[in-house]
Amino acid sequence: MSTKQPHLSLEVNKVPEGRLGVWILIAGELVIFGGLIASYLLSRLRYPQWSEMTVHTSTLIGAINTVVLLCSSYTIVRAHEAAQKLDVAKVTRWMSLTVLGGLIFLIDKSIEYTREISEGFTFTSPQLQHSGNYVDSLFWSYYYIMTGLHSLHVLVGMIVMIIIMVQIKKGKNLHRVELAGMYWHMVDLIWIFLFPLLYIAK
Amino acid sequence: MELTSHQQSFWSKYIFSTDHKVIGMQYSIMGIIMAGVGGFLAYIFRYNLAYPGASIPLFGHLSPLQYNAFVTCHGMIMVFWVGMPVLLSGLGNLLIPLMIGTDDMAFPTVNMLSFWIFFVSALVLLASFFVPGGAFGGGWTMYPPFSAGGYLNRSPHFFTALFSGTSLMILAVALEFVAMLMGGINFVVTTINKRAKGMTAFRIPILVWFLNIASLIFMFSVGPLVAGAFMLLLDNVVGTGFYDPARGGDPILWEHLFWFFGHPEVYVLLLPALGVLAEIIPVFSRKPLFAYKPIIYLALVSAVLSVLVWAHHQFVSGIDPRMATFFSIGTILISIPFAGIFLSFMATLWGGSISLKVPMMWAIGFIALFLIGGLTGLYLGSNTFDIYAHDTYFVVTHFHYTLFPDVFFGFFAAVYFWFPKFTGKTLNSALGKLHFWCTFFFFNGTWFLLFFNGLHGQHRRINDYADFSLVMQEPYMTFEKISTVCAILLILSQFIFLYNLFTSLAKAKKPTAEVKNPWNSSTLEWVASSPPPHGNFEKYPEVYRGAYEYSLPDSKEDFLPQSESGL
Repeated sequence: MSTKQPHLSLEVNKVPEGRLGVWILIAGELVIFGGLIASYLLSRLRYPQWSEMTVHTSTLIGAINTVVLLCSSYTIVRAHEAAQKLDVAKVTRWMSLTVLGGLIFLIDKSIEYTREISEGFTFTSPQLQHSGNYVDSLFWSYYYIMTGLHSLHVLVGMIVMIIIMVQIKKGKNLHRVELAGMYWHMVDLIWIFLFPLLYIAK
Repeated sequence: MELTSHQQSFWSKYIFSTDHKVIGMQYSIMGIIMAGVGGFLAYIFRYNLAYPGASIPLFGHLSPLQYNAFVTCHGMIMVFWVGMPVLLSGLGNLLIPLMIGTDDMAFPTVNMLSFWIFFVSALVLLASFFVPGGAFGGGWTMYPPFSAGGYLNRSPHFFTALFSGTSLMILAVALEFVAMLMGGINFVVTTINKRAKGMTAFRIPILVWFLNIASLIFMFSVGPLVAGAFMLLLDNVVGTGFYDPARGGDPILWEHLFWFFGHPEVYVLLLPALGVLAEIIPVFSRKPLFAYKPIIYLALVSAVLSVLVWAHHQFVSGIDPRMATFFSIGTILISIPFAGIFLSFMATLWGGSISLKVPMMWAIGFIALFLIGGLTGLYLGSNTFDIYAHDTYFVVTHFHYTLFPDVFFGFFAAVYFWFPKFTGKTLNSALGKLHFWCTFFFFNGTWFLLFFNGLHGQHRRINDYADFSLVMQEPYMTFEKISTVCAILLILSQFIFLYNLFTSLAKAKKPTAEVKNPWNSSTLEWVASSPPPHGNFEKYPEVYRGAYEYSLPDSKEDFLPQSESGL
């Protein structure tokens, strides 16, 4: 019946709470974007004419943004490395660079949005709808909701990193650098999916 | 390790508290309040169904549009603002830290935020009744085109579209999901990381296991619906055409996104209630839970299957018959793990020394009623029958026979069982038994006859059969009246519970011996004092054995607490 086992300690191999929480958060986020991407793909397969719409997205700016995000993922890794060595000055420097990367990404994105909106491609693209290209206007709805939601995540990541930098200055929560890094990698990863889907696949 | 309790102000102790017990109470009380709202709505439209066009006491005349809105909001409220907070968040917050032997959740502040976001979501939903055009009335599943493009609350202006009943309901649901996601992360991290020394995976009580599995199912199925809800909101407010077939969109897409979450949601609600049963039945049978490990595996199997059956809600939405066969088989398969879990409850009862205390009566009532709900589910899982019965009262009755025992019997079983632990007082058991029998009897009175109405063709969305008198001949109209009278009595019998609750709370605290472990249960929460102070345990308990050690042959007492060393 009852087993008289010696005390099994759970202290071994324990993942820190914060890290575990962020992993689950990331899993949840991936399902949200997964649903969005799956919905987009179903429509994309149904409407081959959407390839004519991807021509209007700027592959150049998209590529620059991909590089910027990848670089910012590198800087946050360096920040984490510095955090492990308890080097607060270095952490702040590398994290600021990451925030700067996010900022460049958002500036690029807004330049891009401005260009597309001035060409008449908006959330609803009234011009396309007037000429009867309803299906094409749906592409832009997907484009804006996917990139918009992703940019929102970039913005949130930046705000979180600024908060963490302030906390580190006060000498606490150094372990949160790693958590911010995990989240930032996820933002990067989602972009790696969005870029080919919305920019490259013609 | 000594844990000291400390003084807190009223606000930080009861309102913006980070204590898991207070948050659990807040969720449960909010759930009870919302159940009152949902029950009142049910009373109004049930009255209208029995006496169409009559003026309803306490309300007045019900217009067809209001009928639709009330039915919709009744469903929404009962699933997302009663079932979820009471079963998942309420029980999870109250019991997980106590049952695994720790002081609090892993992220107490996130936990507090979770409740307040939930609170706001409830306010947003209630506010939708008072905007121009009233609450959304397109069914709780929010299918487009009713829910998209402002079909029901048409408005070309951004702000009026944003504050329409449709948009507010989508917003409220989205906020609720955020709250539950935060809670779910907390549950899983707490259970993985904060268990007492010796609390190995297979010594964790089934309730904690099931709450975690339910949280995981929720977290991994809700994502696509969050994205889908965002798209639906844009369809309403900005005028996109994600779900508009005239503009290349697809209304069926919403059905997939909704039910990919909506069906697993059924198991998110069911598993915590089954967990409650798994705690109560061994205690009142004085026997170890039969097949502890297989139950956990069965629940995991059901978790996997739960995301493979969603399209059985869409058999009449024009899906490919080959796909329908796949989903029929999946749906019928998922009854196997649950049949296994129920069988193990039966086997636990078998040969036990059963004492029919109040919590046990609710537990057995749950099994009896859920059996009817589960078996009719098998009929409906088969697409050939479902096409005939779709959207009739047969379906409505089926899911009330599953969800009502699940949410209410499960909840009441838990309340009567754990009330002494969290208040240091006891509920009156005579009133508890009266409450049980009234609820059991009037619930069956409300619903059982409606199976026949459904098979006869009564549709769930028609408020007045004056123009379809062929469908509602006798005895079906009489059945409607019986159902309505019983529904009113069912609602009234809940006041027995409220009376019992308030009079028991008003009494002075009982002596510790009476409330410390009144049921002689072996799990960890009964080691803490009643009610547990902030920080729960005076000394962190250590765990030496599984959770269900009752009637051991070589032990003096008939139960061995998990925290007691030696035999």
